[in-house]
Amino acid sequence: MADQMWLEELRSGVRRICNSFPDSYWRELDAKREYPQAFVEALTKAGYLAALIPEEYGGSGLGVTEASVILEEIHRCGGNAAACHAQMYTMGVILRHGSEEQKRRYLPEIAKGNIRLQAFGVTEPTTGSDTTQLKTTAVRRGDRYVVNGQKVFISRAQYSDLMVLLVRTTPLAEVRKRTEGLSVLIVDLREAVGKGLTIRPIRTMINHATTELFFENLEVPVENRIGEEGQGFRYILDGMNAERILIAAECIGDGRWFVERATRYAKERVVFGRPIGQNQGVQFPIARAHVHVEAADLMRFRAAALYDAGKPCAAEANMAKLLAADASWEAANAALQTHGGFGFAEEFDIERKFRETRLYQVAPISTNLILSYVAEHVLGMPRSY
Amino acid sequence: MNILVFVKQTFDTEETVVVQGGRVSEDNVRFVLNPYDEYAVEQAVQVKEEFGGEVTVVAVGQERMEQALRTALAMGADKAALVEDDGSLDEYGVAKVLAAFARRGTYDLLFAGQATVDGASAQTGPRVAEELGVPVVAAILRFTLEGDRAVVERDMEGYSERLSVPLPALFTAQQGLNEPRYPTLPNVMKAKKKPLERLTLEDLGLARERLLGRTATVECFVAPKTRQRRMLQGSPEAQAQALADELRRFVLPD
Ligand SMILES: Cc1cc2nc3c(=O)[nH]c(=O)nc-3n(C[C@H](O)[C@H](O)[C@H](O)COP(=O)(O)OP(=O)(O)OC[C@H]3O[C@@H](n4cnc5c(N)ncnc54)[C@H](O)[C@@H]3O)c2cc1C
Repeated sequence: MADQMWLEELRSGVRRICNSFPDSYWRELDAKREYPQAFVEALTKAGYLAALIPEEYGGSGLGVTEASVILEEIHRCGGNAAACHAQMYTMGVILRHGSEEQKRRYLPEIAKGNIRLQAFGVTEPTTGSDTTQLKTTAVRRGDRYVVNGQKVFISRAQYSDLMVLLVRTTPLAEVRKRTEGLSVLIVDLREAVGKGLTIRPIRTMINHATTELFFENLEVPVENRIGEEGQGFRYILDGMNAERILIAAECIGDGRWFVERATRYAKERVVFGRPIGQNQGVQFPIARAHVHVEAADLMRFRAAALYDAGKPCAAEANMAKLLAADASWEAANAALQTHGGFGFAEEFDIERKFRETRLYQVAPISTNLILSYVAEHVLGMPRSY
Repeated sequence: MNILVFVKQTFDTEETVVVQGGRVSEDNVRFVLNPYDEYAVEQAVQVKEEFGGEVTVVAVGQERMEQALRTALAMGADKAALVEDDGSLDEYGVAKVLAAFARRGTYDLLFAGQATVDGASAQTGPRVAEELGVPVVAAILRFTLEGDRAVVERDMEGYSERLSVPLPALFTAQQGLNEPRYPTLPNVMKAKKKPLERLTLEDLGLARERLLGRTATVECFVAPKTRQRRMLQGSPEAQAQALADELRRFVLPD
């Protein structure tokens, strides 16, 4: 595991930036459902989003351990990394499966922040978690693919230059296994919008720039395909472990933020002539949430260490995500309850973070799907779906 | 320009102070580079960037101070030194240690924060200058070099003073001197590889018993919050009058 002093330095570097973006910054954006442009720019300029890009392509060549600490700290400081975390890891599919030419073309520009690659199009309205059933197709015509279909909840598409898109290139009926016949394309959003791609924002209960995408004969050059045709599902899957670990870290940052706020409020708020935190009924839920956040943190570091050592870590990454998402949600609930009516007041930021951290029960993967994974792949029970 | 900056690691100003067993607890506390020292480091790095030279940062204290030194390195300082001690020396001792370190080299410019956010005595910088026999200007808000002199400004609560000082000299930085830069990730990583020298008091030819201060901390306590509550009595008019009097005394103390 990376040494503690080094991780602490990273945290303090991130915190320096976050300190310029106080609660009020996030609160005002939330009210207007606006993208945190200034924050994302500051973080990009300081190079933090290029943490995972190898040094030879202009990044810092750090591991998932360090990347996770960066994202955790943003959440720990009361912010939200969802507006830009994908800039960190979406490039992984190019790094691991792209051609040398694609890597040289994209990675240095992504590292500099000149190109934003932070849109990742998988989910579809009619198939949801059942990814291999997705209906968006790409049909080869000469040196182009022609894409038709629809995606939903594709985040940051309006704030990204490129998008990694999962499409079916061989019909389901013609493949041996349903995981085959899917391919990954890089879509240049700057060119695609209006020429076969329509982006429609979806307003959600959180400030999260998510959208619906409609493809109508969108042409994508064949040279934009990553890896082999038909192998795309595998490419997407092996990026998921990193994503799970990073999302777990965001949850842990949220969890610590909730526990800290709840503790502080419990000590300060006096009713019935005593701080409410003197009552065990108030203390225990906060203490329990703290215990769970810390336990989840261990699984997150274990998964990250395995990942960085190049060892299999799917079980640990999934478990870390589930534990962390549950812990942050529990902490959110405890913090809201501790704050009483004030927890509902926007000014206290609890309700905002409460809404935000609820997402991780559903996206990027829902808790049930993680449990199915553990039941089937770790415990060897029959496949349930 | 050879520049030396004195820094310290202090509590993050967001932390709440907990007193336990007669001292301020450091359990689970986050530490930062003393905020005033950030201005000092930034100024040193700006001078280096404009005129060339080298910036050295030095701290006295526990192992954990290394992190503050790394932050300064990430901001652009070239090398660092940590004189290891248990952190219990007061300004008298710390100034002697820092001066001994400064004497090992030749520096044209010396910077420090105007105070630390924990000790808050604002003594260390001026004491070091005194030890070294160089001029000192405390709490500067502007800094420029003009030939072999520094021209600085300080805020005098209502007016400003501009001073021209021959070098070498020591300056302590006040909030507002500049806008300290964020350490970027590549620079944080470069800082890992920059030299950080560890020294003991003996290495500097110092005997610890000669560094002990003349003061002793008798007690450490959190000042009780004084809440004064007074119920106003009498007719509504009398109560309003009493309230107005009270407020007037509050706004315009005699
Ligand atoms: C704010 C936000 C941002 C998002 N960003 C992106 C993005 O950038 N890119 C992208 O591709 N997707 C994105 N998503 C989509 C997200 O990944 C999906 O919402 C998620 O995977 C769940 O899919 P679904 O919504 O279709 O739910 P469904 O698959 O319809 O599931 C609904 C519920 O049923 C449960 N369920 C389904 N099948 C089973 C089963 N077999 N056993 C037990 N329970 C089951 C699920 O756990 C869930 O609770 C985002 C979603 C949100 C809300």
